[in-house]
Amino acid sequence: MFLSLSIICLTVAVLLAQVNKLTAEPIAVAKAMKLQNAIGDVVPDFDNNPIEEAYLMPDGRGDSLLVYPAKKGDEIVGYAINSNAAGFGGNIQIMVGFDIEDKVVNYAILQHAETPGLGSKMDVWFNDTTKPSQSIIGRNLAEGALSVTNDGGTVDAITASTITSRAFLDAVNKAYAAYTQSNEDANTGATESEADDENIITEEDEITEEEISNE
Amino acid sequence: MNKNLKVLINGVIKENPIFVLLLGMCPTLATTSSAINGMSMGLATMFVLICSNAVISMLKNVIPDMVRIPAFIVVIATFVTVIEMLMNAYVPALAESLGIFLPLIVVNCIVLGRAEAFAAKNSVVSSIFDGIGMGLGFTLSLTLLGSVRELLGTGTIFSVNIYPEEYGSLLFILAPGAFIVLGYLISIFNNIQSKRQNN
Amino acid sequence: MELIGIIIVAIFVNNVVFSQFLGICPFLGVSKKVDTAIGMGIAVMFVLTISTIVTYLLQKGILEQFNLEYLQTITFILVIAALVQMVEIVLKKTSPALYEALGVYLPLITTNCVILGVAILVIQKEYNLLESVIYAVATAIGYALALIIFSSIREQLALTKLPKSMQGIPIALITAGIIAMAFMGFSGIDQVFN
Repeated sequence: MFLSLSIICLTVAVLLAQVNKLTAEPIAVAKAMKLQNAIGDVVPDFDNNPIEEAYLMPDGRGDSLLVYPAKKGDEIVGYAINSNAAGFGGNIQIMVGFDIEDKVVNYAILQHAETPGLGSKMDVWFNDTTKPSQSIIGRNLAEGALSVTNDGGTVDAITASTITSRAFLDAVNKAYAAYTQSNEDANTGATESEADDENIITEEDEITEEEISNE
Repeated sequence: MNKNLKVLINGVIKENPIFVLLLGMCPTLATTSSAINGMSMGLATMFVLICSNAVISMLKNVIPDMVRIPAFIVVIATFVTVIEMLMNAYVPALAESLGIFLPLIVVNCIVLGRAEAFAAKNSVVSSIFDGIGMGLGFTLSLTLLGSVRELLGTGTIFSVNIYPEEYGSLLFILAPGAFIVLGYLISIFNNIQSKRQNN
Repeated sequence: MELIGIIIVAIFVNNVVFSQFLGICPFLGVSKKVDTAIGMGIAVMFVLTISTIVTYLLQKGILEQFNLEYLQTITFILVIAALVQMVEIVLKKTSPALYEALGVYLPLITTNCVILGVAILVIQKEYNLLESVIYAVATAIGYALALIIFSSIREQLALTKLPKSMQGIPIALITAGIIAMAFMGFSGIDQVFN
């Protein structure tokens, strides 16, 4: 009785191990492709491998975000930043791309659990360039953090989904905090002037964290 | 052959797993927010049904009666894991939208129910036909439910526009719509069945 | 504060039945009377709590240690099936009164997808052990709540005159849809705890 059950279990384990071996690579490739496509969508043309050069940057609120630098030759052309925020239905994870002039290039939704048909519209709502009051494309975050019009900001929230919209913009703002850090680090790295660095550090940044991420 | 065909049609109409047997309600309600999701859930379940039915009817004389159920569960869980891995590898977006209901095919009462009620008593060939029939019945029902919900909710079927999205009622895409549409579909199915019996 | 958030979300916002669609078959099956609904609710809570702890430890202690995550589905379902059997045997020996109350529901629980669903969900959500247990208990409370609300309505519904094709499951499903609509009103209240 137990013998036959053990034989079945053993056969099954071997079979599954084989299938796992076969599919492990396609699964990894599919995951990498998703990430790569998301990065490609949100930053200007690049010719390096941002995934290999990714590093962590503090977001100014005690957490760190993954930053993917996009380079053409040796010049940095932009950053894709993997950011997140608590939405209406759960965690929202997005990839936001900035050029080197503090402007949003594009964004991609990586993961969300927002209400279908309402909050889930964020994948097209904020990049509809025909409606400048709701699009965030090309917005310059150096002019101030983004917020919805209900809160006195300049971005129209998704109809009936203010909480999702707030969370989305919060994620973009967090990404921008990590972006300013990366951009400054890149600049100081090039000029090697520490004085400049001190001057542009924003009040949110913590120097200890910055040092850690420099290593 | 005639008998096998009968088994197949039986699964689609007379013993339709959803509208008549009322089995496998969880994935039915959860994954039918669009026609394509419903259909892919149906096809994944059909794959597991056919494979597990075939293997179980092959092993029916080898497995002692005492450990029958655990052995069936192991066989079913294996095929569920296989389809899970395959979908993650080749259609990751679809696998993501089915989410947790992909591994939960294991506890779908249809699969274990058919193993126990049919595959454990019949030949391999007719078990395979039973798997195809039941799987087809499940897939068609899920596709129908998904299509109705998608049409009422967003005005599309399989993403093909039927009427403008603005006139759709979002409710049908959300949880309450799942319950309500399924309730009405079962009642319509009941009505048709009883009319046919009267004739 | 975060734990309170988990509890509120699991009971009301993402109610297992009305928003996550887990455990519908037993939900429709045993919700004709309030007594059986309470019994089933308690039995689910009992098994769900134990099984979540066991599968969690198994996942962290064995599957992840040896890179065997792909065996998750198969191990979890076997462990749950064995666990339900064990609970049944232990209850029979140690507490005949409890066994009498819960016994009939136990065999039904193995194929209740709430149990396997929660076991997989707590791993996906990357909860720690304490959070997992709290999530499991809260989910079970949500399940019991859904069963009790629904069975009280169905007791009344059984006395109502209905078209023949609507009787039984169809009207039960439509009722569940309306309750689900009511539960949608809870969505967003967890924002208070963030």
